[in-house]
Amino acid sequence: MHVTRVAAVVLRHFYLLRGSLTRVVPLFVWAAVDIVLWGFITRYLNAVAGAKLDFVPALLGAVLLWDFCGRVMQGVTTAFFEDVWSRNFLNLFATPLSLTEYLVGLVVSSTVTSAVALVVMLALATGIFGLSFFAYGLTIVPFLLMLFLFGVALGILGSGMVLRLGPAAEWFVWPIPALVSPFVGVFYPLSTLPPWMQHLARLLPPSYVFEGLRRIIAGEAAPASLLVTGAALAVAYVVLACWVFRRVYHHAARSGLLVRYSAENVS
Amino acid sequence: MAMRPVLSVVGLRRQYGKTVAVDNVSFQVAAGEVVGLLGPNGAGKTTTISMILGVLASSGGTIRIGGTDIVAERSRALARANFAAVYAPLPGNLTVAQNLHVFGLLYGVRALSQRIDAVLKQFDLQALRHVRCGVLSSGEQTRAGLAKALLTRPQVLLLDEPTASLDPATAHDIRVKIRAYAESGAAGVLWTSHNMYEVEEVCDRVLFLSHGRILLEGDPKTLPRKHGKTTLEDLFMAVVREPLTLGGGSSCM
Repeated sequence: MHVTRVAAVVLRHFYLLRGSLTRVVPLFVWAAVDIVLWGFITRYLNAVAGAKLDFVPALLGAVLLWDFCGRVMQGVTTAFFEDVWSRNFLNLFATPLSLTEYLVGLVVSSTVTSAVALVVMLALATGIFGLSFFAYGLTIVPFLLMLFLFGVALGILGSGMVLRLGPAAEWFVWPIPALVSPFVGVFYPLSTLPPWMQHLARLLPPSYVFEGLRRIIAGEAAPASLLVTGAALAVAYVVLACWVFRRVYHHAARSGLLVRYSAENVS
Repeated sequence: MAMRPVLSVVGLRRQYGKTVAVDNVSFQVAAGEVVGLLGPNGAGKTTTISMILGVLASSGGTIRIGGTDIVAERSRALARANFAAVYAPLPGNLTVAQNLHVFGLLYGVRALSQRIDAVLKQFDLQALRHVRCGVLSSGEQTRAGLAKALLTRPQVLLLDEPTASLDPATAHDIRVKIRAYAESGAAGVLWTSHNMYEVEEVCDRVLFLSHGRILLEGDPKTLPRKHGKTTLEDLFMAVVREPLTLGGGSSCM
């Protein structure tokens, strides 16, 4: 893998961000709105529930972590969409750039943009609503890592979907986090779900993060098996997503879709 | 003149369902040579170029760039090629210099800043350095695309109608520059154009494609007379209207 080629992909997105307020503002505005909204909801719930349960780490912390996962996914897909929107595939894929280098470039771009969102969310949640990441202990690090990897996997899968189905399919990608959230127990324990949803939840890494989070808030330690399973699943999803993207790319090159991408279909 | 081949295409084939777009095409381009790939719309020129660039998989045959197989060692092969085409403009939301910087990194160009300065000067783009490509005129965009193509000093330069949107004076200037680049011995050029006068001026050799097959091959200055035509344009018309009278549809090497 050539670092300069990865840097080229990242540099392109840096140039785009640097010159465009319309790209910079959405990096943190929607995440900030979410934190403010859920911050007031948790404050209200704390007032109603009394001292029995602190909703700030349980609910606001979970919202923050889930938003982070969503921002990572959108960071990858948005960087990919920039090449869709500017019809850049021909220029890009006729260079020595390998698919791995391209995907790594998208992930690095997303790491930077999602870090901006995380910092803004943390500043608001801590400064206004008193959330502290220290409440979760060091376990927050593997939690963030798992969500990051799952966000990367969703982003690559979403990009693959758009590469396969054409530019209009981007509208399938935006709601993916909302579609996944009921299954992963962001707001409630998995035991709340009907059995078939629980089976699906066990296949999704964020389920292990949010179950672990609730254990910590209840004063227990997050079991190592929970962390290991969640991390292994997250890595597996990234590998699966890269495999799917590679298959889709080769299909696009075989069918001629890559050189006639704006047609959306070559049949 | 023709020495070591920098581009070697053997038995290239591309099929879409039952339609054969490129059929058993073979040719070579040597260092220092400009080869014209001619033919009517839909003859398979752009399909051939897309396969050489690795963005379209072939249904058969091999492509070697600088001796390296495009399938087996894609990155290494593509590092030696570059292209310019009207249907692949540089991203309009970056400036000319930003685009050149990004593509320079993708191709691993050494002393990139100096090289960017050199191609900007070569294609008279210095004043447009910080202008977004999307607001350039079509002629300026073509020059920016050519600057990107030559930025990497490719061994194989693929030009798909490079002067289509240029005024005659600029087109002439571009032809001179590309010709000089090839004559420096650094590269072979594969050039498609519908302007037969341009082809006659620039190309050492032409390949006539019709229905995905190479119908004729030869020197653009002598080929028309060999087939009883006065000009290359007359020969082109004949290729379009009566291809069966001109060649056996066989491939050429």
